[in-house]
Amino acid sequence: MDELIVDFLSETNESIAELDVALVRLERTPDDQATLSSIFRLVHTIKGTCGFLGLPRLERVAHSAENVLGKVRDGALTATPDTVTLVLTALDRIKAIVAGLAASGNEPAGDDGELVEALNATAAGEGPKAATPAPAPIVAESVPEARQSEPVTTNQTIRVNVDVLEDLMTLVSELVLTRNQLFQLARTQENVGFAVPLQRLSHITSDLQEGVMKTRMQPIGNAWNKLPRLVRDLSREMDKQIELTMLGADIELDRQVLELIRDPLTHLVRNSGDHGLETPAERRAAGKPETGHITLNAFHEGGHIIIEIADEGRGLPLDKIRAKILNNGLATEAELAGMTDAQLQRFIFRRGFSTATVVTAVSGRGVGLDVVKTNIEKFGGTIDLKSVPGAGTTFTIKIPLTLAIVSALIVEAGGERFAIPQTSVVELVRAQKAGRGHNAAGSESVVERINDTPVLRLCDRLLPLVNLTDLLAMGESHNDDTGAYIVVAQVGANSLGIIVDRVFDIEEIVVKPVAPILRHITMFSGNTILGDGSVIMILDPNGIARATGIGAGGDSKAMSSSAMDAQHSTDRTAMLLFRAESEQKLAVPLGLVARLEDIPREQIELSCGAPVTQYRGKLMPLVALSDHLDAAKPRQPVLVFNDGDRSMGLMVDAIVDVVEDRLNIELSGARPGWLGSAVIAGFATDVIDTGYWLTQAWQDWFHGSAQSAMTQGERA
Amino acid sequence: MTVDVLERPDVATGEEANVFVALTVADQLCGVPVLAVRDILGQHKITRIPLAPPEIAGSLNLRGRIVTAIDLRRRLRLPPAPAGQRRMSVVAEHGGELYALLVDRVSEVMRLETSAFEPSPPTLPPAWAQFSSGIYRLEGRLLVVLDVGRLLALNEAA
Repeated sequence: MDELIVDFLSETNESIAELDVALVRLERTPDDQATLSSIFRLVHTIKGTCGFLGLPRLERVAHSAENVLGKVRDGALTATPDTVTLVLTALDRIKAIVAGLAASGNEPAGDDGELVEALNATAAGEGPKAATPAPAPIVAESVPEARQSEPVTTNQTIRVNVDVLEDLMTLVSELVLTRNQLFQLARTQENVGFAVPLQRLSHITSDLQEGVMKTRMQPIGNAWNKLPRLVRDLSREMDKQIELTMLGADIELDRQVLELIRDPLTHLVRNSGDHGLETPAERRAAGKPETGHITLNAFHEGGHIIIEIADEGRGLPLDKIRAKILNNGLATEAELAGMTDAQLQRFIFRRGFSTATVVTAVSGRGVGLDVVKTNIEKFGGTIDLKSVPGAGTTFTIKIPLTLAIVSALIVEAGGERFAIPQTSVVELVRAQKAGRGHNAAGSESVVERINDTPVLRLCDRLLPLVNLTDLLAMGESHNDDTGAYIVVAQVGANSLGIIVDRVFDIEEIVVKPVAPILRHITMFSGNTILGDGSVIMILDPNGIARATGIGAGGDSKAMSSSAMDAQHSTDRTAMLLFRAESEQKLAVPLGLVARLEDIPREQIELSCGAPVTQYRGKLMPLVALSDHLDAAKPRQPVLVFNDGDRSMGLMVDAIVDVVEDRLNIELSGARPGWLGSAVIAGFATDVIDTGYWLTQAWQDWFHGSAQSAMTQGERA
Repeated sequence: MTVDVLERPDVATGEEANVFVALTVADQLCGVPVLAVRDILGQHKITRIPLAPPEIAGSLNLRGRIVTAIDLRRRLRLPPAPAGQRRMSVVAEHGGELYALLVDRVSEVMRLETSAFEPSPPTLPPAWAQFSSGIYRLEGRLLVVLDVGRLLALNEAA
C-alpha cells in the first residue's frame, strides 16, 4: 500500500476518535467556540488530505459535513442533537470508507448521495432542522470539564512501533534484575571500590526503567474516548436521559493494561445505561431527577489504579438473583439464607448468569459479566460491586499499575521459596498453634482447628487457612513446632490465610510466563529469577483460593460441589445443637439459622397474646419450641430465622454446640415440627422441621415468597 | 560450568547431521544430535516445582532465561539417580521454550558413520522405543539416538 495512504489512515483514525468525543461535547455546550473550531479543523484536515490523495468519496462526504459545521461555526445553525446526529452519521460513513481503504487500499464502492443531500439540506437551513425547531439538547446542564483538556497540537511526538517498546521493556526488566543480583553480591563483599559505580549504575537503571515505563503509559482517557458516543447513542436508542461524567481521565496506565481494560469498561458502561438506569418515567415515579448519571472515576490507591463505574439507577434486584440462583442450582435455599446481600450480588459474575434476563427484559449485547471478570483477572485485576436497591450500582475495578515488574513477598514452604505478589498481601501474622502458649506473651493469634481444618481468629473474624506445604503436596510441613507465619491474602472480597514456613523480604520481580507444560497448575501465575540467581515460582492467590473453594464469585465448580454437599445427606452438614425442655439434644442445620441471639427476658413483650421482641427496628414474633421452657432464666436464647425482610425467633433453653456431621434422618417423626431423629456426634438427636416453626410465627410465611421457601424436608 | 559445543574444532565444520553429543543415563550410552543442543551444563541449582508432572525436575536459570529441567531417567521410566550423584544437563529448544534434559554424564562429542546406524530393535521397552530414533553400533558398545523433539513433547504425551 502507498506509504502516504498508510500515514493518512493512522492520522485519520486518530482524528475520528477525537471527533467522536468533541461532537458529543459540542452537543452539550453548543456555543463552545473552542470545541467547534477544533471539530471544524479536524474535518477540514480529513477533507484536505483526501482531496490531495485522490479519494473522491471521502472528500465528498467530508466536504458536506464541513459545510454543516462551517454554518454552525458561523452561527447560522445551532448544534441541535439532530444536526449532531447527522454529522455523526457522516463520521460513521467516513469511518466505513476508511476501514475499506485500510483493507483493500482502495475506496470501497458505495453511494453517499442521500447522506450528502441531507447534509447539504441542513447546511442550507432546511431539512431536519426545520422539522424539529431547536429541541433541547439531550443533556440540559453542562458538567465541569476540567479534565477534558484541549488536544495539544504542538506536542512533539514520533511514532514508534510498539514492538520496539516491548523489547525495550523486556531488556530494562532484565537490567533491573541484573542490578539486583549485583547488589546482592556486593553486600557479601567488602570491596569498596566497587560500591560507588554500582550505586551509579543502580540510579541510572532506575531512571531508565522509569523512562521506559513512561513510554508505555497512556492516559486512561484513551480507553474512554468512545464512551461518550456510546452513551449518547444508547440514550437516544433507549429513550433515557443519561449523563456520563468522566473523572480522572489523565490517570496513566500501562498500554497493555489499557488495551485489555477497554472492552470490559465499554461493557460495564453499556450495562449501567441499559440495565442500571431506569426510564425517565420510572425515575420520576421513584422521585429521582429524570436524567440518570453514570460516573466513571479513575484514581490511584496504594499501588493500584481503581476505576469505578457508578450509576444511580435501580440497583440489583436481589429477589430475582435469588430465584435465578435456585433455578440454576448454584446454591441451595439453606445456603442462600446464610448469604449476605453482597455475596448474592456477586453471583452476577457467574457464567450463564446473564444480567439481561435477571434485571430487565432488555437483551444484553456482547459478552456477559463473567467474561468481563475473566478478562480483568487475566491481567491481575479484580472486580467487585456494590449495589443499593433503588440507589444504584457501583462496579469497582482494581488494576495493577504495570504488568512488567511487581514487588513480591518471598516466602518458604516445604523447603522451596515462593513469591506472592505484594498487591494481594494484606498482612503478615505470626500465629501460635492452639493448645500451646494460648496466653503466651505477644501471641494474640491462635490457629484453631475445626475437624482438622485450620482457621485463624483475626480481629474477631475467622480466617480460613491453607497450608501451602500441604496444598502444593510438598510433604510434611515444618511449621508445626515453630509457630506458623500466615500471609493474609485478599482475593476479591474474600480473605485467605496462607500458612508458610518462613518469610523473607520483599523483592522486585519480573513476571515471566511458565513453560507450557506447567500452565495447567493454576496455583502459579508465573515464575521469575531472584536477585541471587535462583528460579522461583510466583503464587497466584486467585488460583489458591479457587483450589480451596474460597470465593463465591470465582469458581463455579467449587460452589456447585458445596451445593451438592448439602443436598446429599451422606455428606457432612454443620448442625447447631441446642436444648429445650429436657437434656435431650436437638438439632437444626446451621445454614438455616440466620443468627443466634440472647434476649433479656424483660425485652420480650406480648402482642395479641403472642410473644414478640423488638429486633433491629421491627417486631419479631417469637415462638417457643416447647411449652415447658425454663422461664426463670434472665435471658432467653433465640434462634433467628430470616426470609427476605422478615424474621422470626425460636425460643429454646440453651444453645449447646455446632458440630459437623452427616445428616441422616433415621427415624421419621410423626409429631408436627419434627423431621425425625438422626445420630449426630454420637447421640440420637431430634431434628426440627424449620418450615413448621416458621409458619407458627407467620401464617403466610410460604405464600409471601414462594421462591425462597425453606423446604427443609426435601433436603433431609 | 558451561561447555560451548560449537567451539570444538572437530565439530565446527562438515556434516553436523552425523555429529552427536554422547551422554550416559543409568549406564546406557545415548546420543542426541549436536544441532539440537543449545548448551551443556554441569551441576546446576534446580528449583523444584510442586504439582508438576513427575518428569519435571524443576526449573533453572540459564543466563537470565528460565529453563524447565526434565529428568531423563524418569522420562525413560528408569530408577531415580542415587542420592548425591552430580548430574549434568543438555539444553535444547522445543516450541520456542528452552528445556534442560537432566542426564548422569555428558562425555564427548562424536562424529558417527552412517553405515553403523540401524533402526531400534522392536523389542525395546516402550519408553525407550518411544524416544529413540535408532542405534549406532560402536566398538564394544551401542549408542541409542534419542529424539529430542519427542522427549520434550510432554504435553502431547500426557
